[in-house]
Amino acid sequence: MGRYVVARIAAILGTLLIISLFVFVLMHAIPGGPWDEDRMPLSPASKANLLRSFGLDRPLWQQYLLYLWNAAHLNFGVSYQRPGESVISLLGHVWPVTMHLGGMALGIALLGGLGLGVGAALRQNTPADYLATGVAVFGLVAPHFVLGSLLILLFSTLLGWLPAGGWDTPRHWILPTFTYSLAPLGVVARYARVSILEVLTADHVRTAWAKGLNARRVVLRHVLRNAMIPLITIIGPLVPDLLTGSLFVEGIFRVPGLGHYFVTSVYDRDYPMIMGLVLLGTLLISATYLLSDLLYLVADPRIRYV
Amino acid sequence: MTAQAAPGTQRLALALPPAAAGRRAWARRASRNRMALAGAAIVAILVLLALTAPWITPARYDRPDFGDAWQFPSPRHWMGTDGVGRDLYSRVVYGSRVSLLVGLTAQTIALGVGLPLGLSAGVLGGRVDFAVMRVVDALTAFPQLLFALLIMVVLGSGLGNILLAIGLHAWIPICRLVRAQSLREREQEYAEAARAQGAGRVRIVLRHILPNLLAPVIVAVTLGIPQAIFTEAALSFLGIGIKPPAPSWGQMVGEGVNHIRFYWHLALFPAVMIAFTMAGFVLLGDGLRDVLDPRASM
Repeated sequence: MGRYVVARIAAILGTLLIISLFVFVLMHAIPGGPWDEDRMPLSPASKANLLRSFGLDRPLWQQYLLYLWNAAHLNFGVSYQRPGESVISLLGHVWPVTMHLGGMALGIALLGGLGLGVGAALRQNTPADYLATGVAVFGLVAPHFVLGSLLILLFSTLLGWLPAGGWDTPRHWILPTFTYSLAPLGVVARYARVSILEVLTADHVRTAWAKGLNARRVVLRHVLRNAMIPLITIIGPLVPDLLTGSLFVEGIFRVPGLGHYFVTSVYDRDYPMIMGLVLLGTLLISATYLLSDLLYLVADPRIRYV
Repeated sequence: MTAQAAPGTQRLALALPPAAAGRRAWARRASRNRMALAGAAIVAILVLLALTAPWITPARYDRPDFGDAWQFPSPRHWMGTDGVGRDLYSRVVYGSRVSLLVGLTAQTIALGVGLPLGLSAGVLGGRVDFAVMRVVDALTAFPQLLFALLIMVVLGSGLGNILLAIGLHAWIPICRLVRAQSLREREQEYAEAARAQGAGRVRIVLRHILPNLLAPVIVAVTLGIPQAIFTEAALSFLGIGIKPPAPSWGQMVGEGVNHIRFYWHLALFPAVMIAFTMAGFVLLGDGLRDVLDPRASM
């Protein structure tokens, strides 16, 4: 078990290495640099100075090795768009906002999705089931920026109930969180419904009913737990998505989070910030995969990894 | 991932009493088929719109008419006009061409890359498998939209580059699926029988294994189409997708959002079309899965 986890962590480090090399090559294949004349009028001398101070005048392979060396010491460089601010401290400012938004959305998606899925499965082929399926499919097919636009149109422009953007008060949180949570809620609901339907007809569930257990106990202990395995597979990948933020939700509702930097960093050739964002995303995705593989063990003790 | 989840799902399927399972599956398939028909109808409407666009629209999608700018929906302009007086209804109808083209082509690229790679990884095994799976693992961990964003900035905006940016990531799930399926099919009795009859490896793969794994692949490709359409719309929404004046729904929503406080129609109609299109393909894909691949429940 311990060896399995260690091997997986080593694989994650390998993935980070491959991705960092890939992004490094890609970044330097982008035409233009961070201090091109059309962005900032600089004298050739001061431009050369800037390039030197960030080590951009060295051969590419040296730059890459230097980056790796620094990264190994948890130094991810200084963001070019916010001079004087390190990538780590910039992420420290803006990521908490994104995690706040993503965390609320994830919570709503899990509770709402499971509730909807369980309800639909227990009352299969009733209007409640169709309603749940309808909500789930809608959440799945309406992209964030579409749903966000429509919600602003309805609740801000026409009804004037909620603010169209900002992140200051809980009233500002409602629309972005709802927009953000509907798609994962749809995914969770659909998969929950199907995997619960499959478990509902299993022998051990019939036995549980026959023993006279009450509904809550049957559903929670006997049905949900067995339906968890396929659900973990589905929910896992949702987590890093939600926690790294959707640039659309944050863009449309003007939430001061991470999403904004995805676009500006690429446009501004902010190499350290691009690298930091990609590595953060990659790390989160890999870590979630590992975590969900470990959760299988909790959900089903019969699963063993060598 | 899939290999670890598979024992669980198989066990669940075996635990069903056969009669109940049959009835349930039948009921589910019947109700799903209605949804699948709805999906097919939506896709058919879209194809029709795309094919007949020049005959059912009053103006070309890129013809500005500054005297007629910022019109709200009216009998003359069913969906109003945008800031330079282009008829929004015409743009929305022509937009179906862009979305369908992107969805189909990107998935064709994905299939063209993912199928051969997945097959060789699954059948040849060994070093080939190791190499392919390391690439797949690394790209899986790469945030997809960020990937497309980077590629687009490197290549520049334009339809061909969008297809590349989407296709280069979309082959991964197909490759995974094909590899897992071919690993399983390879050990089935029919493959064993073909081997015993002295069939060569190429023949077994092409004549026996490939036809047997086509069903789930068709489903995966169909369900990848809305994903590709979404990514194009998202990139164009950000302004680094399709070059204007080509009509992309995502771009129209992106522009419309800037004026949503007053000119609500600019974002509304293309937004509804995106959702409508994605719904069509998702429902169709789900339905195809029920018909072609009843073993997989979702």
